[in-house]
Amino acid sequence: MTQMTTSQRYGSSSAATPTQEMLRKHGRSGAQCVVDGLISNGCEVLFGYPGGAVIDIFDKLYDAPLKFVLPRHEQGGIHMADGYARATGKVGCALVTSGPGATNAVTGLATAMMDGIPMVVISGQVAMNLIGTDAFQEADTTGITRGVTKHNFLVRSVDDLPRVIAEAFFVASTGKPGPVLVDIPKNIQQQYTLQPDVSMQDVTIRAYQPTLLPPPEQVARLAEAINKSHRPVLYVGGGAIVSNSCSLLRSLAETYDIPVCTTLMGLGAFPETSPLSMWMVGMHGSIAANYAIQQADLVISAGARFDDRVTGRTSDFACAAQIAHIDVDASAIGKNVDTDIAVCADLRQTLEALLPLVRKVDRSEWVAQVAKWRELKPAVYLPRKDGKLQPQIVIEALDRVSEGKATIVTDVGQNQMWAAQFFRYTRPRSFLSSGGLGTMGFGVPAAIGAQLARPDALIVSINGDGGFQMNIQELVVAVEHKLPVKFIVLNNSHLGMVRQWQDLFYGGRHSATVLTQDNRPANEKIVCEEEEPAYLPDFVKVGEAYGIRSKRVSTLEEVEQVFAEAFADPHPWLIECIVAEDEKVLPMVPPGAALSDMILPPRK
Amino acid sequence: MQRHILNVLVENSPGVLARIVGHISGRGYNIETLNVGPTTDASISKMTIGISGEPEVIVQVVAQLAKQINVFSVDDVTAKPHIDREAVLVKVSTRATGRAPVIEVAMLFGAKVLGVHPDSLTIQMVGSQMQVGQFLTLLQPFDVLDISRSGSIAMAQS
Repeated sequence: MTQMTTSQRYGSSSAATPTQEMLRKHGRSGAQCVVDGLISNGCEVLFGYPGGAVIDIFDKLYDAPLKFVLPRHEQGGIHMADGYARATGKVGCALVTSGPGATNAVTGLATAMMDGIPMVVISGQVAMNLIGTDAFQEADTTGITRGVTKHNFLVRSVDDLPRVIAEAFFVASTGKPGPVLVDIPKNIQQQYTLQPDVSMQDVTIRAYQPTLLPPPEQVARLAEAINKSHRPVLYVGGGAIVSNSCSLLRSLAETYDIPVCTTLMGLGAFPETSPLSMWMVGMHGSIAANYAIQQADLVISAGARFDDRVTGRTSDFACAAQIAHIDVDASAIGKNVDTDIAVCADLRQTLEALLPLVRKVDRSEWVAQVAKWRELKPAVYLPRKDGKLQPQIVIEALDRVSEGKATIVTDVGQNQMWAAQFFRYTRPRSFLSSGGLGTMGFGVPAAIGAQLARPDALIVSINGDGGFQMNIQELVVAVEHKLPVKFIVLNNSHLGMVRQWQDLFYGGRHSATVLTQDNRPANEKIVCEEEEPAYLPDFVKVGEAYGIRSKRVSTLEEVEQVFAEAFADPHPWLIECIVAEDEKVLPMVPPGAALSDMILPPRK
Repeated sequence: MQRHILNVLVENSPGVLARIVGHISGRGYNIETLNVGPTTDASISKMTIGISGEPEVIVQVVAQLAKQINVFSVDDVTAKPHIDREAVLVKVSTRATGRAPVIEVAMLFGAKVLGVHPDSLTIQMVGSQMQVGQFLTLLQPFDVLDISRSGSIAMAQS
């Protein structure tokens, strides 16, 4: 791993260091090394926003064989790279300037970190001699991003740069993937080096051994537990998708009658149309999944991490069950719940070793019980009598009209949960959402990134009227790049998920969650002589200002009609659905309650 | 809450110390003592971290540290046979008592007088954390002017 110095590599013993003239003639600038390193490590699309500290890199991008996308805010750019990565499994790449460019990237990095999304983000930094002087647009970027990246680098020598770029791709894409930031001072970008380009295939990092083989004795213990189990449940998370283990999981489940529930991040890892699917587990999970976990005698976690939104009160989680946990991240095992059988290894290799050891067991009783729970549907809502459009029905219509073929990208909140509950996911990477961090403003840019990655896919971005405004400026990118993303806004004129909590747990005191003048608390009312416009903002007009075909709908017929029209059209669309303002996401496990303790809609 | 001593082998490169310390404090755990020094391999440093916590917390700290890219290994030596040492330098005023009683305490602990001044003594003492603590307790009746105490270093005994 120790790099040869330039003189060792090129110079004779008489020339200790190459002259500046030699470097300029035979070498590459740091900026060129960045662009070359991105390309040779597989970057095809780069999302970036220019600034003083990255002007040299942008100069080299001017004629580079690379698709470049200019977001309108760095956060949007990082989410685009993230959406690109989620849609494909490839490393998403972004470039931001120093100071505010880097701090604007922080939310995007944290989003990717929580969900294990591979990304390489290059940030410019002030010149080495200015670091620490409070220079213009200076920020301690590696310090600020330490907690929200898998790893970060501050490049101190141009000779290190090719290797560091390759290491960044290596770290980002191996083990449990994650975002890696490379901070490059401006003078390093301008200096020259004779170091050749490095590919991540040639990289080793001494202290980092990401490939973990499953320990045979643990796999044998897991197989024995499965073979003895009468009521097993497979609890599948995003790790199944990341490790390409979905088909192996399917054979395990279907061959040996093991019912499956997934986390939010695991949606699509197992076809929800299968009679063994119990849909999603957790706070807004199905009755089937939550009951099955509580009654299981074995819970096999595959690439999931027992998040608090999944487990409910941990002391009551799966009390009757042995817990088996397969995870490539050792720190995830035993973090939230006690584990009986731990397999710290790559999921795919674990399943390959496990499958030959599993035997058929008669589980007809358990499967019949699951079938009975499945009759209760993944989620529920009561039909309304006031004729208002229900958001749940919009998602069902989306599933129907797209024939289940849409790839759904969500924002965060009620819209996200309804999208998870009322669309049946059958393919990996067909549900892209900020699961761990819960980042509002993710839905628009991530959908753009996903569409750039999969130009022929039907990408549908589902947003609430709150989060849609958090990165609304990125709509222009969809228009510029002729991306046929269908943006849906479920407009209930509320910040609905917080309002739901206020309704359920805070006595209906709607503090700061009402987006219209009506029904606001007195101190939030804005006195104005003129009447407020009917729609504020008018999303249809906003869409039209960006040159997007935009329509407002408020009945199911209109919804189906506009979906059919929009999905067949090769342009971006904005579809604003005016939905009932008081719908809740149900079932719901109240925070801190046991999984089986669900709030269900009142009976008719 | 038991006190644990973790020996962490890390890459000897800029920023690693901040990364390790940041990861521990960022998760709400408190470092009690910290020592960093070179090893036989110039590219590897050894950090010795003293930290108190419930067993499951320590297990989590170890796992979180082990997954850092710059970390070679994390060894919780507490449960194993091990030797741990701390060093302390103490400056004690001898104005009120004279030198003899201070030197007597120092002798009891095998401590060394390194500096003799008209009104004070500077004493070096090396021992386990407990011994250093006892030594400082016995010095309390005297007029202690200054203390510099190192973090623990430890080595497992196989």
